[in-house]
Amino acid sequence: MPTAMLSEHHARVAQNNPMVPPVSNSILEARDLALWRGERLLFQKLSFSLGASEALLLSGPNGSGKTSLLRLIAGLIRPTSGVVFWCGAPTNKHERFHNDLNYIGHLDAVKPLLTVAENVEFWSTLRGGDAVQEALNHFCLREIANLPARFLSAGQRRRVGLARLLAAPGKLWLLDEPAVGLDEDSVSALFDAIRKHRAVGGLVVAASHGDLPLENAQKLVLPEIHS
Amino acid sequence: MPLGGCLGLASDYRITLGLAIMVNLHRFANPNRFMRLSGFVLPWVSGIAAITFAVGLYLALVVSPPDYEQRETVRIMYIHVPAAWMALFSYTLMAASCAVALIWRHPLADVAAKSIAPIGAGFTFICLVTGSLWGHPTWGTWWVWDARLTSVLILFFLFMGYMVLFDAFDDPTKGARAAGVLAMVGFVFVPIIKFSVDILELRTLHQGASVSKLSTPSIHESMLWPLLIMALAYLAYFIALLLVRMRSAILGARVRSLRMMQAERASRVAIAPERL
Amino acid sequence: MNIFFAIVRRDVMLALRRMSDTMSVLLFFILAIVLFPLGIGPELNVLSRIAAGTIWVVALLAAMLSLDRLFQIDADEGGLDLLILAPLPLEVVVIAKCLAHWLVTGVPLIVSAPILSVLLNMSSDGFLVMIVAMVLATPTLSLIGAVGAALTVGTRRGGVLVSLLVLPLLTPVLILGASAVDLALAGLNAVPLLMLLGAVLLVAALLCPWAAASGLRLTIE
Repeated sequence: MPTAMLSEHHARVAQNNPMVPPVSNSILEARDLALWRGERLLFQKLSFSLGASEALLLSGPNGSGKTSLLRLIAGLIRPTSGVVFWCGAPTNKHERFHNDLNYIGHLDAVKPLLTVAENVEFWSTLRGGDAVQEALNHFCLREIANLPARFLSAGQRRRVGLARLLAAPGKLWLLDEPAVGLDEDSVSALFDAIRKHRAVGGLVVAASHGDLPLENAQKLVLPEIHS
Repeated sequence: MPLGGCLGLASDYRITLGLAIMVNLHRFANPNRFMRLSGFVLPWVSGIAAITFAVGLYLALVVSPPDYEQRETVRIMYIHVPAAWMALFSYTLMAASCAVALIWRHPLADVAAKSIAPIGAGFTFICLVTGSLWGHPTWGTWWVWDARLTSVLILFFLFMGYMVLFDAFDDPTKGARAAGVLAMVGFVFVPIIKFSVDILELRTLHQGASVSKLSTPSIHESMLWPLLIMALAYLAYFIALLLVRMRSAILGARVRSLRMMQAERASRVAIAPERL
Repeated sequence: MNIFFAIVRRDVMLALRRMSDTMSVLLFFILAIVLFPLGIGPELNVLSRIAAGTIWVVALLAAMLSLDRLFQIDADEGGLDLLILAPLPLEVVVIAKCLAHWLVTGVPLIVSAPILSVLLNMSSDGFLVMIVAMVLATPTLSLIGAVGAALTVGTRRGGVLVSLLVLPLLTPVLILGASAVDLALAGLNAVPLLMLLGAVLLVAALLCPWAAASGLRLTIE
């Protein structure tokens, strides 16, 4: 009955009081997330926790809410219920969360009128980074660094987007379909970068409809939405 | 007791889905107190509106004396002036509701703001039309760019902007919040608009506000009373209309959430994390 | 501060590299002004009477043309998310974008307005007040315009909608600006009106970055 449901719900919320910080040694923790988009429930009762050097792979068919979950973790979307913690504080109250966050969306945020180097440099400046050259080198963009981005192929543009990961520091990497459109060499460059990042304690959450070669990763499958 | 109880869903679905929908729609799904209260108030307010309209119109159109200069046309004032008051009042109330909705995310505030907009736009429209009708015999032209008519016209556009922006989004909650921000910005700008339009006044003509100085009203008592009763009638009518619109908006949301539950029969519990 | 100017620099650079878009606002301004003598008739007295108002109305409309691109392009390319996630308040990002918008739209309008007033036979007595009023009014245009642009990012019909939302809010700027120039032309003191324009700018500067930022946050959700 509805009244019973309501009180049961309140009891559950009280139990998981969002103001109580997590006890484990986890750095990123999602607790009891639920998200409605428009008139659809994407997921509910979703929890996970990641410690240093750990990775989480989100998979599931297209439209199952992977991108929404990543954007939710980044703080671009508010969850319908539940909380995401970063270093023990809810992300929206954590002062340095945005400094620690490196978000690669499914769009590359590449300005066609700026050169490759200018593109990477802008986002690097915005996040207080100074490793533009290293980033360009790592993703083999050095030769085309002075080319306006409108001449690039989709794969090259994706690499320019990914170069942001290395151009500025960030402990948490959120990657939305990072390997789409990349050739084999670039994929290995990407996962090379991810390995190095995790080796120094970095966290990775990646979403992909297929599988990604993330070693020793937690896996979260979002089921298909029936309508 | 409404949501899950009246659905013919299998009970295991009902609990998980019902919970999630409660979380999502708590802003729609728990206005029971409002429904009860408004259901009680509505007939009374409607009654007051009907009575005050009858009395006010009788006093205004029959009992009150014709004006020395404007003759019978002065009677338009009893329709025109309260409409202008109510237009401004509606916008203020709408902006206040938007503020409450944005700051406290109060369930009913969004519904209230959305329900006020067309009523307020209606009042500005009545004000503009009667102003024009009044203007013709008085000034010899249908429209004069006088300060108060012009600011009501701009107010009309502000209402329109609010409604258009509200509808421009596919997701009604987004529309509500975008339009809410707009209404609050507009509210800050209304006095500025009013003031700047007053500068236009330097080039035109209108009677000064005659009721604002209530202590020594320049309007005669025989005209003041009908005007105030008409204002009361407008206010009661506004409240009644607002309650009806809010109630139907809430019922509409309930229908939508019932449809959602039917569409979401398949349970959407995410699979817990596991090691690869 | 460094980040702030990085945003301004990038947006100005983009506008300069996309010269045709930037110029089209200015060309619209000139073309629309030219239409008035053609429509109303070339009688010099009439033209000088309507000059100030015409220039202000057209400047307002020209500025509208550039607004829907203010955040929409960033949103389409995915950059808006990153600007929101940048480690500085979104309000500051909005101010940076407004400053860049003013530099590439407001400044050309300010410079070209006195030149165009010659076409409308406006007396040179009004030039100084016209320029000062434009300097005070165009930043307000960018600020209020940014609110409209931000609130319509998630919608399907950007351009017209922005004008619909923004123009009513800009009526004070239009009235004060045009009246100031008219007063100066009549040989009267326009300083009080210029101060009022400054006051409107102040209100807009305090209110609009907040409003635009909250608009952006909720429309990208």
